[in-house]
Amino acid sequence: MDKSITLPPDEIFRNLENAKRFAIDIGGSLTKLAYYSTVQHKVAKVRSFEQNAELYEISEQEEVTARLHFIKFENAYIETCLDFIRDHLVNTGTKVIKATGGGAHKFKELIERKLGLKVDKEDEMTCLIRGCNFVLRNIPHEAFVYAKHADSEFRFQTTHPDIFPYLLVNIGSGVSIVKVESEDKFERIGGSSIGGGTFWGLGALLTKTKRFDELLQLASKGQHASVDMLVRDIYGGSYGSLGLTGDLIASSFGKSATADKGFSKEDMAKSLLHMISNDIGQLACLYAKLHNLSRVYFGGFFIRGHPVTMHTITYSINFFTKGEVQALFLRHEGYLGAIGAFLKGAEEDNPNQYSWGENYAGSSGLMSVSPEMNPMQRARSGTFDMLEMDRLERQLVNLPLLQDPSSYIPDTMDLTEDALAREYWLSCFEEALDGVVKRAVASQPDIPEAIERSEKFRQKYRHKLQTLRQQPFAYGSLTVRSLLDTREHCLNEFNFPDPYSKIKQRENDMALRYYQKAVKSLEQLSWEQRQFALVRGVLAGNVFDWGAKAVSDVLESDPEFGFDEAKRHSLRPALLLQGPPHKCALFFVDNSGVDIILGVMPFVRELLSRGTEVVLASNSGPALNDVTNGELQILTERIAAMDPVIQAGLRDDRLTLVQSGSSSPCLDLSRLDKVLAMVVRERQTDLVIIEGMGRALHTNYYARLSCESLKTAVIKNSWLAERLGGKLFSVVFKYEVPPGKPSQEDSSAPSTPS
Amino acid sequence: MDQAKSMVDKKGASRPFHVNNGQSQRGVNGHVAVAANGSCCSGGGGGSAFGSSTGPGGSSGGGGCTFDSMHYLHRGDDAECNGSPAKRCRLRRRTESVRRSRPPFPWFGMDIGGTLVKLVYFEPVDITAEEEQEEVENLKSIRRYLTSNVAYGKTGVRDVHLELRNLTMCGRTGNLHFIRFPTQAMPRFIQMGRDKNFSSLHTTLCATGGGAYKFENDFRSMADLELLKLDELDCLIRGLLYVDRVSFNGHPECYYFQNPADTESCVKKPCTLEDPFPMLLVNIGSGVSILAVYSENDYKRVTGTSLGGGTFLGLCCLLTGCETFEEALEMASKGDSTNVDKLVKDIYGGDYERFGLQGSAVASSFGHMMSQDKRDSISKEDLARATLVTITNNIGSIARMCAVNEKIERVVFVGNFLRINTVSMKLLAYAMDFWSKGQLRALFLEHEGYFGAVGALMELLKTTEDP
Repeated sequence: MDKSITLPPDEIFRNLENAKRFAIDIGGSLTKLAYYSTVQHKVAKVRSFEQNAELYEISEQEEVTARLHFIKFENAYIETCLDFIRDHLVNTGTKVIKATGGGAHKFKELIERKLGLKVDKEDEMTCLIRGCNFVLRNIPHEAFVYAKHADSEFRFQTTHPDIFPYLLVNIGSGVSIVKVESEDKFERIGGSSIGGGTFWGLGALLTKTKRFDELLQLASKGQHASVDMLVRDIYGGSYGSLGLTGDLIASSFGKSATADKGFSKEDMAKSLLHMISNDIGQLACLYAKLHNLSRVYFGGFFIRGHPVTMHTITYSINFFTKGEVQALFLRHEGYLGAIGAFLKGAEEDNPNQYSWGENYAGSSGLMSVSPEMNPMQRARSGTFDMLEMDRLERQLVNLPLLQDPSSYIPDTMDLTEDALAREYWLSCFEEALDGVVKRAVASQPDIPEAIERSEKFRQKYRHKLQTLRQQPFAYGSLTVRSLLDTREHCLNEFNFPDPYSKIKQRENDMALRYYQKAVKSLEQLSWEQRQFALVRGVLAGNVFDWGAKAVSDVLESDPEFGFDEAKRHSLRPALLLQGPPHKCALFFVDNSGVDIILGVMPFVRELLSRGTEVVLASNSGPALNDVTNGELQILTERIAAMDPVIQAGLRDDRLTLVQSGSSSPCLDLSRLDKVLAMVVRERQTDLVIIEGMGRALHTNYYARLSCESLKTAVIKNSWLAERLGGKLFSVVFKYEVPPGKPSQEDSSAPSTPS
Repeated sequence: MDQAKSMVDKKGASRPFHVNNGQSQRGVNGHVAVAANGSCCSGGGGGSAFGSSTGPGGSSGGGGCTFDSMHYLHRGDDAECNGSPAKRCRLRRRTESVRRSRPPFPWFGMDIGGTLVKLVYFEPVDITAEEEQEEVENLKSIRRYLTSNVAYGKTGVRDVHLELRNLTMCGRTGNLHFIRFPTQAMPRFIQMGRDKNFSSLHTTLCATGGGAYKFENDFRSMADLELLKLDELDCLIRGLLYVDRVSFNGHPECYYFQNPADTESCVKKPCTLEDPFPMLLVNIGSGVSILAVYSENDYKRVTGTSLGGGTFLGLCCLLTGCETFEEALEMASKGDSTNVDKLVKDIYGGDYERFGLQGSAVASSFGHMMSQDKRDSISKEDLARATLVTITNNIGSIARMCAVNEKIERVVFVGNFLRINTVSMKLLAYAMDFWSKGQLRALFLEHEGYFGAVGALMELLKTTEDP
């Protein structure tokens, strides 16, 4: 084996300079290294000046954020890696390295010598559970069920907001069955000595095949019926009265006692695999039943992303529970021990107090190391697999108004399961890439190396798109949202924190000039006319969206494409503000400029006038031309200066601006800023308005809320419009009243699309 | 063990077996109920064990095949073909027998499992001179052949030590014989049935086990014999309860192991199944079936596993090149499984205290065999022992979980896997005791694998009672 590989520092072991708090999990064949590091990158800030020609000042500042790095590599490279770390480690104050896994003992001396760190061993199972809790809590779509013959083999699961209790079945050389009831409370309720080691050991004896992977390969090609005694071998058919079908295994290896000894390696390996998988599945079911648990996760080296074992375990669980329990697997199962060991060492930093998010730009995704799954091996990093988790500034929680948080799925379309849609969107994002690169460069006109960085961004994102074409399941369910988020992560990666800042500024400035005029013209209308105009205004404003290619094409080519123009595209408004006023409306806003200032604000004004409190939720960080919380603060102040209604709203605390906690053009209502959730609860919010394609169409279109809601957007993508049976610039206006609550109006939900 | 003793006395007062006509032997739950927990892959669970016994000498010298040696006993008795007075007399007696709610002899019960065929034969000892005289020749020859030999062909064996003597069944007194031969020999057995014109006896052949279905057509087409097919689990329970009731020639049928945790002082102790319900019945044949039994007619199959006796023998044959169950057990008795299995202490250096696991517990069966060096140096005996321990402990573990889930404290292990297999029985006894902290008790029965066949025989005695 080639141990002298050259490690590319910008791809593997990133940010080592500032690394501290190391942890290592050494298994039978793979080593997982974890470290905490700080990352310096640019963030866009806006600042308001009283006497300034410009609306506000945009600056890009350096900011330091925390990031967790996890790297997985073959044990053969451990020495090379340790050398590399020693050479690149600059200013760490760390004295110890937390270690777990069976190999920690074996490599203790080497680690201590190479790194000069004291190896501090942590209990394996404790680390595993800690790690499991961490990924379940912080990575949406962490868990999946495996369906071998389905169009997409991976079906990602919505994680229940309360991840406990669950059963973790860890299949290492033996099997441990652990019941986890809370962060600190878990118990090994059982286990079995028949596990991965039995498959490996017995398999090696029977087939003279040494490696675990090879044994799995053999097994996947074998026919077990020649080795096993089946029900039909005994009964001649099925055992009908017990419902046992003829092809069930009555006795594993039952034929090898009687028939000739000439069995193929493949057949014996297959029989062994079935025997062990069925046995583990059966025990897991017995324990799940005894403890009344329905969430059962499987991990350990026997599973570790091997389609063969995931399939046989899934089959077994299905069989023994008659489909009542699903076998669940984890995307980052291989990292659990390392994550847990790291968390143990970082307890004083309280990592569990924060929310963390997977950095798509720096993570390899599922199956990256499996050669047969990935025909285009990443060029330089070889078999290295990475996971990066960014510490989020805000703690994220569920929107308290979700009707059923456990069944909430943000995304409208799962591209993992819809090949046609997947193809369209992947191509769509590929085609849009040139424009994004151009825009990124334009946003930093005074920085010469921006072009170089923009090219790196292009490469990175194109590569991600290619990976997703091959492995749509790499980062969980593939969705328009994940494609957009990945793009934002890649832009950030190369220090393009806000490519649209200048455009947003210009448009905000322009729209503000029309504000008073717009409000005045609205006031002249009759009540009913005004309601129509307001809704039309929101929709018209929403047409302005640089994120939508169809629109940006028009905007690029036709600078005269103005507000009146856009308004003509929007049809079919409906009456929302009839009946008694709402207590409080939560409004998730979308774009800067016309959208927020001339569309949303007049609407907000009307709500306030009716006596409804308003909470405006905007993005915490930039994404496309979406208005950020920072920008909205300034804009609202400017409007308040012109408009006594808005001013009074702010003064009386009846108009509140909150952060969504997100930096995405889409919206995940299960991961929102904790403060937002608190405000929503305190104000007894009874109306939720979600605006824009990203938030109301790509996501949340089917979201069910426990109060009245309005989802509204203009469809600015002709493919999507066609798919939904409408035309470009059709309108989505989905007004919903939860069951059991009286509708505010008779004609609810006129809707999609006109 | 006073309690046990008193029970023995009670049973000593031999209770004649009377078939209760009014009671349906086949309850509503008789053979359909399957545990919600999932029924596994153990079609063979009901009846199967290990054949291939070469038997201790006996008459096996001559015949090349099972039961072939019966040839010489038959001299082509064609008495049935003519209308002689003797025949009329015999017919009269037969009719009489039926009128007295008694089937005509011979009385057989058969359990055709995945590996082994179990046959029980009732030998009447109260035959009157008149009966003797009238007994058709081939019936007589069957009786003589079966009762005067202990081995049949190369692979048929009569378990003499299990014989139940002076049993009263259906008003007749006799001995119950227990015979087994490999299922592989079934075609030759059927052939023999044809050669001996077995169909002329007009007896009903009651058969259970999967083979009753598998070989039904062969019996019909080759030997003109119609099988009465019976559910194997119904038969198993009925047979077990019957044998326990009549006792083992005055001794208890049931036993357990005292001090299972201590190899030195662990001893077999007789006991009683006086109040047998509910019990968890674990039948270990080629595969394993686990039943929760609430009464003779109310039971359900909780689950099963394909890791059974067939797995032990199959793996042993592949790993060591042995050929018979006896051979495999013999090797296992000399081996040391800790050379093959990875123990907790091999991984953690001692106990894994965080989870209360003893260092001596097996962490990974065959775990040492992941290493090439250890594979190269291992003995066949160690491999056989490890296979036995692995299979046995796994059955114990599943049985224990089922007992806890079903809230049943009494676990009865049967099936031919346990034949001459004290190692496994003690392991099971220990596993039940240790993991349940003394709550569960493992019980065993002397007639291990024959209950299905006994149950089938009882069905024969019952059917003729029906009008």
